[in-house]
Amino acid sequence: MNREEVLDRLRETFDDESLVISLFRGDARVVCPAARVAEVLEWLKGECALDMLVDLTAVDYLEYPDARDRFGVIYSLGSTVTNVRLWVKVFVNDPEPTLRSVTGLWRGADWMEREVYDMFGIRFDGHPDLRRILMPEEFAAFPLRKDYPLKGRGERHNFPVLTREDS
Amino acid sequence: MPLELIEPIAPESDEREYVWTLNFGPQHPATHTTLRVVLKIDGEQVVDAIPDIGYLHSGFEKLGEHLDYNQYVPVTDRMNYISPLSNNIAWHHAVEKLLDIEVPPRCQYVRTILAELSRISDHLLCAGTAALDLGAFTAFLYAFHQREVLYDIFELVCGARFTTSYTRVGGLMYDVDDRFVHRVRQFVRGFPKTHADVTKMLNRNRIFLDRTSGVGVLSREEAIDWSCSGPVARASGVTRDLRKDEPYLAYEDFEFKVCCSQGGDCYSRYLVRMAEMLESLKIVEQAIENLPQGPVNVDVEGRQVLPDKSQVHTTIEGLIQHFEVVMSNRGFKTPSEEVYGAIESPNGELGFYLVGDGSNVAYRARCRPPSFIHFAIFPMLIRGLQISDIVAVLGSLNIIAAELDR
Repeated sequence: MNREEVLDRLRETFDDESLVISLFRGDARVVCPAARVAEVLEWLKGECALDMLVDLTAVDYLEYPDARDRFGVIYSLGSTVTNVRLWVKVFVNDPEPTLRSVTGLWRGADWMEREVYDMFGIRFDGHPDLRRILMPEEFAAFPLRKDYPLKGRGERHNFPVLTREDS
Repeated sequence: MPLELIEPIAPESDEREYVWTLNFGPQHPATHTTLRVVLKIDGEQVVDAIPDIGYLHSGFEKLGEHLDYNQYVPVTDRMNYISPLSNNIAWHHAVEKLLDIEVPPRCQYVRTILAELSRISDHLLCAGTAALDLGAFTAFLYAFHQREVLYDIFELVCGARFTTSYTRVGGLMYDVDDRFVHRVRQFVRGFPKTHADVTKMLNRNRIFLDRTSGVGVLSREEAIDWSCSGPVARASGVTRDLRKDEPYLAYEDFEFKVCCSQGGDCYSRYLVRMAEMLESLKIVEQAIENLPQGPVNVDVEGRQVLPDKSQVHTTIEGLIQHFEVVMSNRGFKTPSEEVYGAIESPNGELGFYLVGDGSNVAYRARCRPPSFIHFAIFPMLIRGLQISDIVAVLGSLNIIAAELDR
């Protein structure tokens, strides 16, 4: 099954209203409403042999020109059988950005979802062990959000400052 | 890491006598870099393992949102520093996909040669240290001798042995010369002997076989389920290789095989890496003999590449072009779109997900690091094994903590 067939069947199975399919530089992207993403992904895995979750990442669109939604979560799918690639994108918004976890479909999603949670604060319902992975446990912010500054916030607040007079 | 993850054992229970907790890392020579695994062990046997990573997290993806497409190259060097050239090529592969630039044939060939040389360099280190961790010191020295030759070649092309930063948007930092061709030919002649030596020392070595075969078995289904790629997946029978499946650079022009195994254990991963080195050497040999002439950079008219230094110093057009690219408020325009570009790096699929917003700085620069994906399977692989096997499994996955944590 090549990519065109996958996209055609996708259009047939799920009505056109909810899915927006676009092409850029030869890659197909499916924008999907957050409520249906788990269903679409499960269908793609089961029916279209997209058996590998190559990557899972997120983008914070806070400062992006003409953006309407805050976060985009991107599932990058691949197939070891047909060699088709597909990107499924979902928008989630404040105050409680939440999606359903896909760890039941791909166990490899475990750490990727933890990384997205750690960096963006997007929660994944049904994840077996959703806690920070790269940042320390007591870290309070989400560093890859656009409102978090490059040089960090308050990291050195508890460092004593010695001036020449004091020493 | 929160303490409650390590289940406390009630003082009066029988288990208390047998199961205890051991910290593997963060400072341990066999972890190669800084990573930590909290082990629950029953005697010598691993009952459970909880990885604790992030010691080397340095915000590379955040930096990618503040450095422009050329400035970010030195950061990519520091991800998988065992094969920095692969990272450079992967980064600019994605950037050029975003900008829709096709690099000239000579550049494609040079990049292919360097990508394959860095694959050999990476696999040599992996095979060498895998043996070293198991106590075989000689194979490690043989492997490192050839790595030294490769470092000399890298030094010749870009002046740096370790942190190369060799690629640029639409081309390379410098063109290569005849000395490079000569050195690569020398390497192609000399390498098979070292490869044969290491093969002889390890492939049928009783101790090496006992320590690696049947240890850390990853099945084909698990490899796909856990998103594994590269040698780790190919050792489990997944035939996916981006060089064949989605040919990029000049890979379509060359004849080579994708090396796979069905064992899925540490020994299979070692064998796949050893076989891949010879295939890479074949690609290098074909590429260096057919190296096309011509420019290595795309045309300056596109306003995307830095002009040659001699042009900058002698012509006004060159000077203007240099300023246009370098000045922070100028640079080139990118489409407000998103692309994912990936290459087959020595460790597996190394991809970058780029979001362009019109400026010459990426809005988001996500790196898909193979080490991160592969380390997720580590607790599953070592459960039930002996403590000494942990080192063998870790070595066979080739985890580079700088890429793991970024």
